[in-house]
This record gives sequence, structure tokens and C-alpha cells, in this order.
Amino acid sequence: MDDRRLEIIIGNLLRTGVLTAAVLVFAGGVAYLAAHRGDHIGFHTFTPGDSSLRTVQGIAASAARLNSEGLMQLGLLLLIATPVARVIMAVFGFALERDWLYFVVSLIVLAVLLASLTRAA
Amino acid sequence: MTATTFTLVVGAVSALAGFLGALTGLGGGVVVVPALTLALGVDMRYAIGASLVSVIATSSGAAAAYVREGFSNIRIGMFLEIATTIGAVAGAFLAGRFGTHALAIIFGVVLLQAAYQTVFKGSLETAAPTESDALGRRLRMGGVYPLEGKMQEYGVRNVPAGFGLMFGAGALSGLLGIGSGAVKVIAMDRAMHIPFKVSTTTSNFMIGVTAAASAGVYLSRGYIDPRVAMPVMLGVLAGAFLGSKALVHAPVRVLRIVFAVVIVALAIEMIVNGIAGRI
Repeated sequence: MDDRRLEIIIGNLLRTGVLTAAVLVFAGGVAYLAAHRGDHIGFHTFTPGDSSLRTVQGIAASAARLNSEGLMQLGLLLLIATPVARVIMAVFGFALERDWLYFVVSLIVLAVLLASLTRAA
Repeated sequence: MTATTFTLVVGAVSALAGFLGALTGLGGGVVVVPALTLALGVDMRYAIGASLVSVIATSSGAAAAYVREGFSNIRIGMFLEIATTIGAVAGAFLAGRFGTHALAIIFGVVLLQAAYQTVFKGSLETAAPTESDALGRRLRMGGVYPLEGKMQEYGVRNVPAGFGLMFGAGALSGLLGIGSGAVKVIAMDRAMHIPFKVSTTTSNFMIGVTAAASAGVYLSRGYIDPRVAMPVMLGVLAGAFLGSKALVHAPVRVLRIVFAVVIVALAIEMIVNGIAGRI
């Protein structure tokens, strides 16, 4: 395992994640428009909105009920997870290379990401 | 506006933004946010939430292509991501503290800088040094990249200065929902003397991780509304894909200047509306 091989694996993983996310978002979008195409929306004023779209559990539950907004949000959540997966892969990759300096560096980055994402947990 | 019209209009604008963003290397966020806020009257917080999501999509989607070219440096990227992610979390918190007027004004100023950098393309034309300085060596950041058919070695310098600039780049990304690739390239190319090609591709790799750091904060605050983010993400992704295909044949120099003019106009609109309190 060298840096370049590691990066190619990571690159392909990211692309797969993005494509899967896009398919989910698109499917949710079609379902949303089918049910709400005549709704009047403008988003001129901000309201934080329903907690079912603001927490990981809420999104998972909402998507499991096949709620169209929940499905779109699950896709977006998957998209947000792709860079996190990239960092996790790097942590393992550097461990395999026995590069402990960069193992620790990637762990720090992962800790910051998880600290932010657990706000939405 | 009905949901169908809103989705189609936002999707079309985002596709155009993604297309131009890929051709000029500036990313789609710099056009999406002003277009949503100025033309459609969408609240700034929804706009930056949707933009942030599209930034992750283009960064992660393009990663595989960049890796194949063999330019990006995962060590430099990962080390500097410590700075960008911490900066991004700080920026995302500040976005909640600042009003939308202040955000609009800051956004305008960042756009002006990006336009300037697009036209007066900010690469040091001097050859990159082949030797790292003491800290660059200790961090084993140097590498090789393909240049004129053979592998050229390069060194890395001024890591602390680059690290500091990266914190700023991360903070802007979290504050405004953009990739802030322009600032990232300045930090690597100008401050750390990393070859331009390596800087731009490593920057693309870092943008997604940086954006993910503020995404958690955005999500929990409700900035990411799927009804806005859906057409933005799909539009920017499709536009960026087409843009990367068209890049080979495009008159890049002309496009950069046209894009810079558009950005300056948007920047002035953002600043004026921010000062007048209309955003």
C-alpha cells in the first residue's frame, strides 16, 4: 500500500458515494414534486424547520417512512459523509503504511469532523 | 412561486453556476449564493446551506479524476485540513452570530477578491524549490509531480504561514458556505511555494473535508433545507460534470474575464443590498 494506491481507492469511493447520494436526492425530489408540485414556496424568511430534518436520527426515521423530504435529506447526509469516509480511509491507510505521524494527523481531522457532526446527532 | 417552478429555476441557475465554476476553477458556490439571494429572494441561510452541500458534491465527485492525474499530495492536504476544519467549525458558529446583512457584505468582499485572482491569475511563475525547509522536511511533505513528461521533485516551505492562511480559508468556508478554493490555493502556491498544479488539485481534495466540518453545524441549525438543496446539488453536479468535459475545448482566458466581470457585478449587488439591509 503506497500513497498513490491509497488515493485511487479513496477517489473511487468518493465518486461512488456522490453518485449514490445524487440518486437518493433525485428520487426524493421526484417524490416531493409529485406530491407538492402546486405548493407555494419562496424561502424568503428563515425558520429552523422541523427537527426531523435536522438530526441524524430524525432524518433516518423520516426516510424510513419514505417521506420525500426525509429521502432527499438522507441523500444529502450521505453526501456529507463522503469526505468523512475519505478521512477514515486515510487513517487506516496511514496505519497500514506504519506512518504514525500522519496517522495521528488524520485522527485529529477525523475528531474535528465528528465533533461537528455529533451536533446533528 | 410553485414548488415545480422553484425547483426548475434553481436547478437551471445551479447548473450554469456549476458549469462556469468548473471551467474557471472557482467552483459553483460563488454564483449560487448571490443568484439565490439576489434574484430569487431566498434567505441567505438557506442559500449558504444549499451551496455548502453542492461544494461537497463537486469536490468529492472530482476527486477520482484528480487522483488519476497524479498531482494531489495527500500529506499536505491532510496536515492542512487540521487548520481548515477547525476554521470551518469556527466560521459556521460565527455565521449564526452575524446577521444576514453582515454575511452579504463579507460575501461581496470575498467575491471581489476571487474576481481579482481569476484575472490576475495568482501563480508565482518562478520555479518551485526542490528542497523543503526544516519543518517541511520533518513533516515529509515534499513530493514529485509530472512536469514535461518526467517526474519533478518539489519541496514545501513556510508551513506555519500556510497553516494560518488555511485556518482563514476554513473560517470563510464555514461562514459563507463556499469552498474558498481561491484562498487555499494562495496559501499553498504563494506562501508554501508548492507547484501550482499540485496546489489546485490538493485544494480540491481539501474543499470537501473542510465543508463537511461546517455541515454538521449547518444541519443542526436548519440551514440545509432539502427543498432548496436538492435542485442546487443536482444542478451544480450536472453543470460541473459538463464543465469538466468542455474544459479541453473552452477559451479559458476569455471565460475567466467574463466570469470575473459577472462576479464583480454580483459582489457589488451583495454589498449594496447588505448595507441597505435588503438581504
